[in-house]
Amino acid sequence: MSKVNITINGKPYEAEAGKTILEVARENNIYIPTLCYLEGVNQYGGCRLCMVEVETNGRPMRNLQAACMIKISDGMSIKTNTERVRKARKVNLELLLSCHPKDCLSCPRSLDCELQTLSRRLNVTEPRFEGEMKDLPVEISTVMTRDMSKCVNCRRCVAMCNKIQKIGVLNAQKRGFKTVIQPSFGMNIADTDCTNCGQCISVCPVGALRETDAIDPVVKAIEDPNKYTIVQVAPAVRVAIGEPFGMPSGSVATGKMVTALKALNFDEVFDVNFGADLTIMEEGTEFLQRAKAALTGGEAVLPMMTSCSPGWIKFIEHRYPELLPNLSSCKSPHMMQGALVKTYYAEKLGKDPKDIYLVSVMPCTAKKFEIARPEMNENGVPDVDAVLTTRELANMIKQAGIDFVNLPDSEFDPPMGISTGAADIFGVTGGVMEAALRTVYELVTGRELPCENLHVAPLGDSTQIKTASLTFENVLPEYKFLEGFTANVAVTSGFDGAAQVMEMVKAGKAFHFIEVMGCPGGCIVGGGQPRGVKAEKWAARKAGIYAIDEGKQLRKSHENPAIKAIYEEYLGQPCGHKSHEILHTHYTARGKYNELI
Amino acid sequence: MIIKNVQDLKLVADRYNAEFGKYEHTVYVCGGGGCISSKCQATKDFVESYIKELGLTDKVNVVFTGCMGTCAMGPVVLIEPERIYYVHVTPERAKDIIDRQVVKGEVIEEYTFFDANLQKHIPCIDDIPFFAEQVQIVLNKCGKIPFDSIEAYIAKGGFTAEAKAFGMTQEQIVDEVTKSGLRGRGGAGFPTGIKWSAGMKAPGENKCIVCNADEGDPGAFMDRSAIEGDPFCLIEGMTIGGYAIGAHNGYVYCRAEYPVAVERFNKAAEIAREWGLLGKNILGSGFDFDIELRIGAGAFVCGEETALMSSIEGQRGEPRQKPPFPFESGLFGYPTIINNVETYYNIAEIINKGADWFASYGVGRSKGTKVFALAGDVINTGIVEVPMGMPLRKLIFEIGGGIVDGKKFKAAQIGGPSGGCITEKNLDTSVDYESLTSLGAIMGSGGLIVMSEDTCMVDTARFFMQFIQDESCGKCTPCRIGTKRMLEILERIVAGNGTLEDLDTLEELSHVIKDTAMCGLGQTAPNPVLSTISNFRDEYEAHIVDKSCPAHVCSALAKYYIDPEKCRGCTLCARNCPVQCISGKVKEPHVIDQSKCIKCGACQANCKFGAVIKK
Repeated sequence: MSKVNITINGKPYEAEAGKTILEVARENNIYIPTLCYLEGVNQYGGCRLCMVEVETNGRPMRNLQAACMIKISDGMSIKTNTERVRKARKVNLELLLSCHPKDCLSCPRSLDCELQTLSRRLNVTEPRFEGEMKDLPVEISTVMTRDMSKCVNCRRCVAMCNKIQKIGVLNAQKRGFKTVIQPSFGMNIADTDCTNCGQCISVCPVGALRETDAIDPVVKAIEDPNKYTIVQVAPAVRVAIGEPFGMPSGSVATGKMVTALKALNFDEVFDVNFGADLTIMEEGTEFLQRAKAALTGGEAVLPMMTSCSPGWIKFIEHRYPELLPNLSSCKSPHMMQGALVKTYYAEKLGKDPKDIYLVSVMPCTAKKFEIARPEMNENGVPDVDAVLTTRELANMIKQAGIDFVNLPDSEFDPPMGISTGAADIFGVTGGVMEAALRTVYELVTGRELPCENLHVAPLGDSTQIKTASLTFENVLPEYKFLEGFTANVAVTSGFDGAAQVMEMVKAGKAFHFIEVMGCPGGCIVGGGQPRGVKAEKWAARKAGIYAIDEGKQLRKSHENPAIKAIYEEYLGQPCGHKSHEILHTHYTARGKYNELI
Repeated sequence: MIIKNVQDLKLVADRYNAEFGKYEHTVYVCGGGGCISSKCQATKDFVESYIKELGLTDKVNVVFTGCMGTCAMGPVVLIEPERIYYVHVTPERAKDIIDRQVVKGEVIEEYTFFDANLQKHIPCIDDIPFFAEQVQIVLNKCGKIPFDSIEAYIAKGGFTAEAKAFGMTQEQIVDEVTKSGLRGRGGAGFPTGIKWSAGMKAPGENKCIVCNADEGDPGAFMDRSAIEGDPFCLIEGMTIGGYAIGAHNGYVYCRAEYPVAVERFNKAAEIAREWGLLGKNILGSGFDFDIELRIGAGAFVCGEETALMSSIEGQRGEPRQKPPFPFESGLFGYPTIINNVETYYNIAEIINKGADWFASYGVGRSKGTKVFALAGDVINTGIVEVPMGMPLRKLIFEIGGGIVDGKKFKAAQIGGPSGGCITEKNLDTSVDYESLTSLGAIMGSGGLIVMSEDTCMVDTARFFMQFIQDESCGKCTPCRIGTKRMLEILERIVAGNGTLEDLDTLEELSHVIKDTAMCGLGQTAPNPVLSTISNFRDEYEAHIVDKSCPAHVCSALAKYYIDPEKCRGCTLCARNCPVQCISGKVKEPHVIDQSKCIKCGACQANCKFGAVIKK
């Protein structure tokens, strides 16, 4: 990259050509306020808060320029702090505030609101330009709550939905002051092909988009003496839950989290990692069964695709219903575990499953939709009763007045608190595949997966689509059919990548096993995780997850003693009769309006 | 047939002229937008059938043309060779005209054009100041030939410029256009040659050339008239432009509200394809070019070039940040040149007659002519084309015929919602880009709304702000919310609830919106407000301080009184008042109770003696 020389506020800087004024300013710790801009997601130039004075070739540009949009050029002179600039920014912010509800005190985003922060920073001290407000009804679906009266039209959610995820459900409708972000024709989001990935929520700077709160019913259940409440926590939560309490991204807070959950008076605290290990046993076996059928002249649908991500499930139901047979029939880990809690564990406790209230804490918003699927129950009792996102759990902990950072560590409760490192990496893109390969390879060959530190490169990195091949040699006698077979696997995350991989599959690309996660980067940056800059958090949280995996004695799902025990005691064998009854599911093709086909 | 070269063009022209020369008379019936509204189709059908009935089909030719210009007087008919111009030609009048004018050569003066200034009928079109003062380059064929005949277009010299251009290099064409001084007629007035030069130099196999026919200014209908009346000229202009910059794909973006223009252009493009004037190897040049018309949904902002491209691409019509400019990355990411309709209509003449000829019209840096749509309180509403530099007074009072009903001139809004108003004291200003800009108005695309003393300038500003707010794309804060707040303030003022601080707030918001809005629409949105405040501050203050509207327009500030001298006590007003606020005995003067009056105007409408006065 060539370098150019510019001046900002009279001071010379050398910077890479092609960068925007904002990027260069941020690199050099020069503050320019932004609202609509979001690194890597939204470069839109709509809020007009990042206005700066620009001079090129010695000539001042007539109007103020948006620093997030204008690329630097040699000799450019930029002023970020003149009266003209400050005044323009403030007036535009005051205009945004003029139609924003003034109910900060009761807004869920209070103190975590970018608009509020800007108001302080730009020293807004009185309401000006008052006039008509946007009076729009709050739309509440199972998954999300959309309060468009609070929307500041930054279009981050639109960029997320259209440019990053390429789902295209959300866009601006109507014009002028009436402009509103919603699905076409003002449809409710629940009546569209929205995947519920929640990425729109995770980028919203204000209180306009949030998950539909499940805290109240959970608290009610805890308080109900007739309910036995169990909580189970997904792998990705433990590396993010510390953030709302000021801990650095990626801090492994498993022990504190378990202590906090116990302090919230859950009767038992389980780890969805157990379900993840179980998933590997079921999914690995299902893969081997399909491979066997395919290689021995039987009928088998390959490639097999993972089914852990409920956003991805809804995506494929809408967009590629013809590939539904490729989906693994395994329920997602927390649903498997929920099914076991409501059957096996209820029996063990000697309780009516109806009296058990199971809460999943998830990095995910789509899980709220998943638990409401009609097929997710055992004899009419739902597998899981409520889903809390990581953000909601943090709120609950705060409401309870728990000093999270200074909590001592506790352990998950047995038996569903015991897990291997293979389960932890479910939280990162590529993790399910790696976990499956660790077990499948060893089952087939009797030897450990021949990869450094058991990590299958490059499946875990941040590339959109990753592929790897693994050849089975010197297999155990019962897997003779696999001798010399090379399994081609693919891993992707985010729906843009998913669509590309599905097109490859349709075009006949010879994959055998595909992992798809709905959120770009996997569950650690799921739609239910604490908000913030994606790229930095992704790396830190991923490092946290891998540290947990590598720090464990047991790193392969089939080594989990609790898993072995449950097969012996209750399930029989992977993909056996009992498993199929409670751990597996089926899918339904859906149309554009979420109608079942 | 397929036209392969200049000889073919000449052949077609000669054949057409010979055919045309057989007739003793030609009856031109205007088929422009205004005349269509006044049922010119019936007139044309009648003329054709009556000519047939009289057995004159060999002697009298009937031609259905595009707009002739005097839109308020339709349907209009021109009889050649006498060149007598008839207005308001109903089928009944048409019968008289054929019986007397065509058959007997007798001029029916009372049916001819009435010049309000001279207070007399002027039969011959060439003597009518409305036409005589115009210089037509853009409209030189519009209204003079059948809009759907490629032969007629060729007979008038059509496609010869294109043939000539194919003999030139790209650089030569761009140089010629640059030298001519032609500037974009869409509003901003960017030099066309410089834009084309950038397009020509832009690297890339695929380039696009786009015509902006999304004419959205209230009261503007120049582009519509040009396309409806002479669609082939647009094809020729765009083809030359495409050749000059190296684009093989042309797009015309036309608003859906112009169904006649859409239909006529598509028909013309189809004919041009049949004749080999669009498609592969045009005129044997080896140059391939075709044009596709895309219909816009009528959003004003889609007239902004980047929003227009988004709309063609199937996206929401929202502007994009510039740079990159369209010539760098435009339609579908290809280098793209976008010009307004009128700009393309100048191209053929510049190529044919040369840059120097073109530059001989106009003043300073404003060369050639400008088409205006005269609208509002002017007598001759319609389409006119005048050389740049004409004094505004001449345009309004000589060509436009002055103000209706003998009212006084108050202001002229030039440049639509992005423009500003010009007042009496600046009426002698020269109509050119620089002069208008210096007065806080802009040339714009040519909408010229004339306002009489009966116009409230505050209400006018409110009207334009309402328009902007309805049409803002909603992308950027200052335009989406700022213009809304400005509108609310203006609504307060016209309702009598404004304060003097409101004026400061209007100015404050105006400056920030101009300085920070993303696109031209937003940046110019406050112009009507700034311009009316600077020219008519007293009128704003009258609304705010005196709670009165000097033009008696703002109904909330109006008061109805009964003149006791004129009132006969007939009780009609009292009986029609919906709130029973008029009292009085029979045959005695009545009185309105101001505290109860809702200012509906029913009393005034029903009074037979003109006794109810609105103040």
